[in-house]
Amino acid sequence: MSVVKANLEACQGYANCVVGASDYFDIDDDGLVVLLKTDVPESELQRVTEAARSCPVSALKVVDE
Amino acid sequence: MNTRIVIVGGSVGGVKVAQGLRSGGFDGEIVIVEQEDVPHPYDKPPLSKRHLVENDDVRAIPLVDAADFADLDVTWRGGVAASGLNLARKEVELTDGERVAYDRLVIATGSRARPSPWGDGPGIHVLRTIADAERLRRDLRPGKRLVVVGGGFIGAEVAATARKIGVEVTMIDPLPAPMSRALNDDIGEIFAAKHAAEGVRMRFGRGVAAVERVGVEMIVALTDGERVSADAVLVGIGAMVNTEWLEASGLTIDNGVVTDVCLRAIGTEDVYVVGDVCRWQHVDGLATTRLEHWTSATGQARLVARNILAPNDERAYEPVEYVWSDQYDWKIQVVGRTGTDGSQLIGEPDGGRFVVIYSADGESVTGAVVVNWPRALVTVRRAVASNENKADVVRALEGAIAPA
Repeated sequence: MSVVKANLEACQGYANCVVGASDYFDIDDDGLVVLLKTDVPESELQRVTEAARSCPVSALKVVDE
Repeated sequence: MNTRIVIVGGSVGGVKVAQGLRSGGFDGEIVIVEQEDVPHPYDKPPLSKRHLVENDDVRAIPLVDAADFADLDVTWRGGVAASGLNLARKEVELTDGERVAYDRLVIATGSRARPSPWGDGPGIHVLRTIADAERLRRDLRPGKRLVVVGGGFIGAEVAATARKIGVEVTMIDPLPAPMSRALNDDIGEIFAAKHAAEGVRMRFGRGVAAVERVGVEMIVALTDGERVSADAVLVGIGAMVNTEWLEASGLTIDNGVVTDVCLRAIGTEDVYVVGDVCRWQHVDGLATTRLEHWTSATGQARLVARNILAPNDERAYEPVEYVWSDQYDWKIQVVGRTGTDGSQLIGEPDGGRFVVIYSADGESVTGAVVVNWPRALVTVRRAVASNENKADVVRALEGAIAPA
């Protein structure tokens, strides 16, 4: 199973991830990413990986667990 | 797919193509040619921000971390540039004389800083690469006098970064206000007030007539007769695309390499273009556009990787533009097409939290500027992407204003 991980120290609230996958990512009032889901099924792996990779500060990663 | 994909340009556009190819299952050879002599790809946006004064090591700003870069399994050719392209032989010629054959070519050579009209002698700077940042950093010390020529994003960011460490800054531009080309004159005034409040001496609406050297210092002579002493001058007057190496190739060059809607170079089957150097045909058939944004390079790269891997399901590039800028304690985010008249301000610039909504047609939201308001950013990015009604979005944002 692949899992999304967020580095809140790095997050700058650019919201590229929200545009890429709004069912997985949101931004809170402080401008930090909120993970709406963390488990990524195979069928959604490419879309969520691309959304994570669009982060300008590499705050998001999709990893195998 | 037992093929070799050659990517010319190892900044964000080129590297994100490689990432997209690998995660899409491509297991052939990927060669990245990068003219800067760096050991791995690095990220450029920090160069005008924190990295400019806090760090001097390329390892501090990798574009992808070391483990991911190793997993990418690319042949990284740093320190060598492409000097020519032979479409018939499907070969890229390098400055060291080597020819690299490709099955698919991705052009990602980007742009460079427009050179200073006053030469590049000691103390005169442009900022585009990590080498530029290292050179400029040495001239930025508390109490030093920096003149920033050009009030666009780069100039405004460097001014803010330099003020943070106590550099005395003067900003000069013939336009009425900083970033006014992108945001319009009225909105530019909000940013002019911010820079002035942070201690930048603002000299807008006038240009630079000459830069003179007097001993170790420089005198920047303005077109209105004022003379400003400087220890360093940053010239931030735009960028020029790196297409000279393609001039004899037969590709269509028009301030960028012209592509179809799917980002394939016009007249070719196997050459794609991403990043600053890409001038693509809009799906509406009306115009071609070129963008110099990190986010558009990323989006184009994702699309090109997909189009290379799925030639029977090619997709067109239809971006929502997005740029960010950090200046002082303001996080500035620019969405869609801004700069049109009839912009509407929501929130309080003095409080450091506001949104500007632009509507090119008077009906729908076509662009926005967001400062220090994360939830509003999500709202306007969605609104621009789906052409939401301007009045509805303004009402929602006004309803959401709460004391910060």
